Amino acid sequence: MGLLNFFRGKKENTAKLAKERLQIIIAHERAQNRPSHEFLPKLEKELLDVIRRYVQIGDDAVKVKLDRDGDVDVLELNIVLPDQVAKE
Amino acid sequence: MSKILVITSGKGGVGKTTTSASIATGLAQRGHKVAVIDFDVGLRNLDLIMGVERRVVYDFVNVVQGEANLTQALIKDKRIGNLYVLAASQTKDKDALTEEGVKKVLDGLKDDGFDFIVCDSPAGIEKGAQLAMYFADEAIVVSNPEVSSVRDADRMLGLLASKSYRAVNNMPSIKQHLLVTRYAPARAEAGEMMSIEDMMEILAVPLLGVIPESPAVLNASNSGQPVILDQESDAGQAYADAIARLLGEERPLRFLTVEKKGFFSRLFGN
Repeated sequence: MGLLNFFRGKKENTAKLAKERLQIIIAHERAQNRPSHEFLPKLEKELLDVIRRYVQIGDDAVKVKLDRDGDVDVLELNIVLPDQVAKE
Repeated sequence: MSKILVITSGKGGVGKTTTSASIATGLAQRGHKVAVIDFDVGLRNLDLIMGVERRVVYDFVNVVQGEANLTQALIKDKRIGNLYVLAASQTKDKDALTEEGVKKVLDGLKDDGFDFIVCDSPAGIEKGAQLAMYFADEAIVVSNPEVSSVRDADRMLGLLASKSYRAVNNMPSIKQHLLVTRYAPARAEAGEMMSIEDMMEILAVPLLGVIPESPAVLNASNSGQPVILDQESDAGQAYADAIARLLGEERPLRFLTVEKKGFFSRLFGN
């Protein structure tokens, strides 16, 4: 393979790979660490309290997620209700 | 008016202490009164890089805890007037530093008329690193052209923007600078190392300078002479350029391209 690579010239460009990997992970981590995320646990707890006035749900029944899609922030709420309530 | 400058990176081993020593020395060479403080309590090393390790009597923590005053703890550099080193404690626990304690020392230095206070941050994002950057006016984030270093630098930039005194009190934010160290132009040209353009595109922070990978850096630390004092060397000259830019002067970037060896230098070696 040494000889073949020698005639092909260039080796694989790992710098380009490094840059691409960094751009992806850093964009993700910047989104995670944005200060706006700090209110999420409180929002989750308050939603849980409000829903519990009407339906008994477990501590982990409310999931709140903030994502970024291009220029738009997407707030995703996922609330799991117990079976019997869902049937009514 | 004193300016507090933090040298930070997140990742260890990228050249924070080397940079702190050279930036502090370079500013003092330009006639400014400078103090450089080692915030790495328990693992001090700035004293060695500055070549003052045998003259440490009192340290940063002694001053914070009132066991010594600033005049006793500041080590005056013998090469350059107006340059003082405040060593970290080697024995105390890293919890010995507190926000109030650090503020007291910084205020004391301001009262003593220091123009620049250079804070050499420990690695990581724990308390020592947080305190080193907390009161900063400007920050130099040091990064190698390597993935883990760049990622940590970005994390650090985020913390500078959100967890500092300036950020918490809604003041104008810390002025951020990027300093790339251990840059190897030949490897960047061969596509084996991220280029300066790549790093700037990812981190999006103004570039203060590029320090080339250089044997002069190890020689300097071996002998306890900040590398900026070696003006024969590429690294020393690159630090001098960075100082000029820090002071608002325009300097073109150097040492970014591979030096083409001429026929004679190839023949006779260097």
